[in-house]
Amino acid sequence: MSEQSPATNGANHPVRGPNARNKQISLPWSKAIRIAMNSLKIRFWRSMVTGAGIFLGIAFFCYSGTSYLLQHPPADPALMADYVHDHNRELWLVTIALLVCTVGIMNSMLMSVSERFREIGTMKCLGALNTLIVRLFLIEAIFMGVVASFGGWVLGFLGIMLTRVVTLGWNPAFHDVTGKLVATLFFGCILTGALLTLIAALLPAMRAAQMPPAAALRSEV
Amino acid sequence: MAATEYIVRTKDVVKVFTLGDEKLRALDGVSVDIKRGEYVSIMGPSGSGKSTLFNAIGGLDKPDSGSVFINDVDMAQLDASELAYLRCHTIGYIFQTFNLITVMTALENVTLPTIFAGTPTDEGVLRGMELLKMVSLDHRLHHKPSQLSGGQQQRVAIARSLANSPSIILADEPTGNLDSKTGEEIISLLRRLNKEQGVTIITATHDYKMVDVSDRVIWIKDGKVEKIQNREDIDLDLGSMGGEHDHS
Repeated sequence: MSEQSPATNGANHPVRGPNARNKQISLPWSKAIRIAMNSLKIRFWRSMVTGAGIFLGIAFFCYSGTSYLLQHPPADPALMADYVHDHNRELWLVTIALLVCTVGIMNSMLMSVSERFREIGTMKCLGALNTLIVRLFLIEAIFMGVVASFGGWVLGFLGIMLTRVVTLGWNPAFHDVTGKLVATLFFGCILTGALLTLIAALLPAMRAAQMPPAAALRSEV
Repeated sequence: MAATEYIVRTKDVVKVFTLGDEKLRALDGVSVDIKRGEYVSIMGPSGSGKSTLFNAIGGLDKPDSGSVFINDVDMAQLDASELAYLRCHTIGYIFQTFNLITVMTALENVTLPTIFAGTPTDEGVLRGMELLKMVSLDHRLHHKPSQLSGGQQQRVAIARSLANSPSIILADEPTGNLDSKTGEEIISLLRRLNKEQGVTIITATHDYKMVDVSDRVIWIKDGKVEKIQNREDIDLDLGSMGGEHDHS
């Protein structure tokens, strides 16, 4: 008997047997969400530290973004040069904020996922599919990204408004603050934060999930 | 499933690790056959390649050449989801460092493989409780690994490895991180599972107490099979081997 023949024999195959269709490894979304939430809750302080990185980055982004969006060209052409100067400075600040955000979020998420390579390896030994592992990290990252970014939006917006009230006075501070502006900031902040968190979590999680389990188990952080 | 005599066969398995410029042949053409229901120990000093062989048999790492057959199926021919299925249902793993999921309780750890297998939650929890009772940890269901002693953690790991009733249990240095008395308890627990449930047990170890309960011992040295002995042949040597313990 050749070595290969049993493998191609479907009936004797432990996986491709007649009942292969209902023999799939599965993890329903409801259970995945429960496991992911539990994992965030149990690592509460670690999650808070990771979340703080996202939160502060987005707050800075929101602060500088609001300030940038609330600038208006002056009526007096003589002041135009000052305005352009200020405008460029604000734009520069927003860019820096976005960079700080990206680096901060990437750093905290990369660390928090790398710490868990062994856990990923163990789950693979227990029969988890790569996609299941990635799904768990996806849920955690989206949840953390959205919640922390929401907090960042609140803090950043309150911060800039407080600054404006103190420097400009109550009424001018709220001049031009329209519902559209608030909504733009809201979606801008949440999307930026969630997207960055997601990318930063998924890259290492996918890499770990694709490793042979032995390699993931060996890795030490 | 065809009930062939051999549950695990390896054929000329080679695994090379590259350390800088140097190539280390951790496994250098290993061929072993392991029978269904056997208790086999892979013995050898540190760095002999036994853990590498363990990883190859368990589908945790791909050999560079050669084949590993589980139930006559060449593992290299399985795709990712078939490998996951095999790890979930056919093989249970036990590690030296226990590798429990630290954020989960004992019961959640034991239940996790049943979740991957698609077992309904209630059934999975019952199975988990039954298994933890079997390893005498039914009073520690909701403890986290950090609240358990080493021996207790290893017993949780054993219960977890049995969650989906695998036909093979692979144990990599299961007593390596335990004191000798706790180690003996773990060894006798493994032996009991092997006797009572007919699970094939394959351990990579350098604990000589393991020899006493093994049906066969495969001695590995420098990535090669040095010799394969049956238990009755080894009993004669046990006295002399006791003295070698510290060298391993």
